[in-house]
Amino acid sequence: MIAAAAALAGCTASAPPPSPASSAPTVDHDPFPSSYRPPAARPVALVGATVLTATGEEIANGTLLMEGGRIAAVGAALPVPPGYRTIDARGKWITPGVIDAHSHLGAWSQPETVDAHNDVNELTDPNTAQVWVEHSVWPQDPGFDTAREAGVTTLMILPGSGNLFGGRSVTLKNVRSVTVQGMKFPGAPYGLKIACGENPKRVYGGRGRSPSTRMGNVAGYRKAWIDAADYARKWDAWEQGDRAGDPPKRDLQLETLAGVLRGEILVQNHCYRADEMANMIDIAHEFGFRIRTFHHASEAYKIAPLLVREDICVATWANWWGYKMEVFDAIEENAALIDAAGGCAIIHSDDPILIQRLNQEAAAALSAAWRAGIEISKAQAVRWFTANPAKALGIADKVGTLEPGKNADVVLWSADPFSIYARAEKVWIDGAIVFDRADPAYRRHSDFLIGQAGERR
Amino acid sequence: MIRLLATCAALALAAPAAAETVAIVDATLMTMTDAGEIAQGTIVIRDGRIMAIGPDVTVPAGARVVDGRGGVVTPGFIQADSTLGAVEVSQVPASADRATHSRSISAGFDISLGLNPDSILLPVSRLAGITHAVTTPLYDDRPGRDLQFSGQAAVIDLAQRSDMVTRPRVAMVLEMGEGGAERAGGARGAAIVALRATLDDVRHFARHRAAYDRGEGRPQRLSRIDLEALVPVAEGRMPLIVKVDRASDIVDMIAFAHDEGLRIILDGAEEGWRVAAAIAAAKVPVIVDPLADLPRSFSQIGASMDNAARLHAAGVTVILKTGSGVAHRARELRYGAGNAVAWGLPHAAAVAAITINPARVFGVADHAGSLAEGGAADLVLWSGDPLEPLSQPRLIFVEGIETPLTARPLDLRDRYAP
Repeated sequence: MIAAAAALAGCTASAPPPSPASSAPTVDHDPFPSSYRPPAARPVALVGATVLTATGEEIANGTLLMEGGRIAAVGAALPVPPGYRTIDARGKWITPGVIDAHSHLGAWSQPETVDAHNDVNELTDPNTAQVWVEHSVWPQDPGFDTAREAGVTTLMILPGSGNLFGGRSVTLKNVRSVTVQGMKFPGAPYGLKIACGENPKRVYGGRGRSPSTRMGNVAGYRKAWIDAADYARKWDAWEQGDRAGDPPKRDLQLETLAGVLRGEILVQNHCYRADEMANMIDIAHEFGFRIRTFHHASEAYKIAPLLVREDICVATWANWWGYKMEVFDAIEENAALIDAAGGCAIIHSDDPILIQRLNQEAAAALSAAWRAGIEISKAQAVRWFTANPAKALGIADKVGTLEPGKNADVVLWSADPFSIYARAEKVWIDGAIVFDRADPAYRRHSDFLIGQAGERR
Repeated sequence: MIRLLATCAALALAAPAAAETVAIVDATLMTMTDAGEIAQGTIVIRDGRIMAIGPDVTVPAGARVVDGRGGVVTPGFIQADSTLGAVEVSQVPASADRATHSRSISAGFDISLGLNPDSILLPVSRLAGITHAVTTPLYDDRPGRDLQFSGQAAVIDLAQRSDMVTRPRVAMVLEMGEGGAERAGGARGAAIVALRATLDDVRHFARHRAAYDRGEGRPQRLSRIDLEALVPVAEGRMPLIVKVDRASDIVDMIAFAHDEGLRIILDGAEEGWRVAAAIAAAKVPVIVDPLADLPRSFSQIGASMDNAARLHAAGVTVILKTGSGVAHRARELRYGAGNAVAWGLPHAAAVAAITINPARVFGVADHAGSLAEGGAADLVLWSGDPLEPLSQPRLIFVEGIETPLTARPLDLRDRYAP
């Protein structure tokens, strides 16, 4: 926002030259800008499919029109305008592109057992809010390709959960690129990874330093927010003052935290237990920021009304549980109970294998809901891996649903995506095809796999 | 409402299965025998055994009739490469008995001893149709420890009874490839030499037990306990589960087993599709994770979603598993099998790969794995296709015992659901 204002000022050639004091450089809040530009694509019409729009609708014999990188129209048996390439989609299903709200692809790349490929946790201090995970992302991670082949068009890459403050997240378009800048989702806000519970206290307690307990965790968060509030106040005073003299010295760590206090950076909070989530909500109230999403959040079902009231999304699994104490009470119905309470439920992966079948994980969650007598439709449950993660990532105005004007991120499935047998057949990002199962040219494009013994086709 | 249904199910269970006759009628029966798949079949269970099964079976008078229309009956599923019964919370070591770092017990570790029938993981897994598991030791590597074997696996049932071991000591477990190389000092060449030396020691021990009893045997790297445990392996009586993924490691281990007269079962085999014909020719069964499609290491560069389908097509006996040493996520077994079908494995072959194939390979086909007259009633009635997440079990028998459709997570759900 500040950068944009500065750029605009530079364009007003007729204005008098600014005084030296007010022309002091403002902070560039986008120093690693997205270089992604959607390729031009011919208009495409998908005809005859069952369409889950992720707005709550299931359309039989649906037509989807994509033009200029956007959804042009969606509805039952629409006429196809001239100039469109028509794809017969009878018997198939269409959803928005799959969005994963929790991934480490690129930051912990395949081969993941190779130490050199683990760049996900900066375990040198409990507060590493100054690191940006995009600087760890290796775009050649073969996991991006397998995820794309499964319909994943957008994903948020997060730093790990070993620290209280893990660093900034980055939201990516799942397109092939040699640079991470070429994948960055234009206009997507940054996130800040915060971790509750066992991980930070285990990592640092094991080294004989704070935090070694959950109360140590909370003291660590609060100290950081006190420092951040002080930093934000000094910068705001300077920005809004006469800008005489030197600006305050920048501090990357505090700059990210101050961005949260200003509402520009979204809090993405790894937190399993209900009691800890309630504590984190109180901390947010104390310092005047909002939590956008609780990740994993296995016990969200125990405090569903609180999370709905606070408008905090819950990104969780159906099947993962029991690997440590704080996930002992996870239940398959977690997402469904949040949804049924009117909240924002998300099925996420945190895993390069599971990211390839978020639709199936959602099916398991939906099945558990039906078993419990909770009435949720497929048209609603599809939002768990499309519209709701778009909200969590702050990009719901651009992607996540099939509505005219939205980016044309689309998956054509071979069957009902809630069936175990469904496979993504074709995938579009911004109206450009990025995967076609019928065309071997779209398979396994990571440089890492080129020329290796196991390479296929 | 939920609570009420659960209570009724629990009460129904309280009546021992032996006291009544149960007839499931009008269901699709996936028998996993020569009878194949029977549409609209009936299965009659009495005293824990299948009394009759077929398309034209008369329901005995007084039987409890379960309407199976639209449903499918399968044998109970068998989770291979599991740690069910040997772990409660993965990161709480005291709650886990799946690995040992004892210096004197490696091959001798017998996981069938000290398992926990009250584990809350068992009913959770049962609700996914799993009635048995091949509970398989893991390694607990520590600095300075280079034990070759992780121990001996056992087949258990999930009925939650004290007598939960269906068959102890069904196989010895050995990791080769990268893991084996690391334990042998960092190279595959060392691991294979060490294994050959171990087998030579075991055979020497077996031939000269009396001398060893007198304290006159030759110096041994392994403890007496480990040597004793390895005798049936060296004599080809106990199968050796060999964990390898790289195509060359698979070929090497098949040749090694042939030279040494070992019976092996390959576990992992992520590049198995590249050498499928060699595996089939050697008649070696393979345990694979159907979802392993990433090059997680330099031994798994060729990992592919159609590994199971290609192995099956080549004539290999395929067993499907969920990850490695799985316990909490065992309930995903049927989803993995469904994915294997989506990638080319025939549906019946996928069900065989989680029922009759592991039952035969691990020697428990008289307890589980098929639906046959006179056999144990080890089966699940599903609301639909058992491999679909949207299907759920409606009736579960573990070796003749009807088990309730409840589990701790469902109790938690009912406590908090509005």
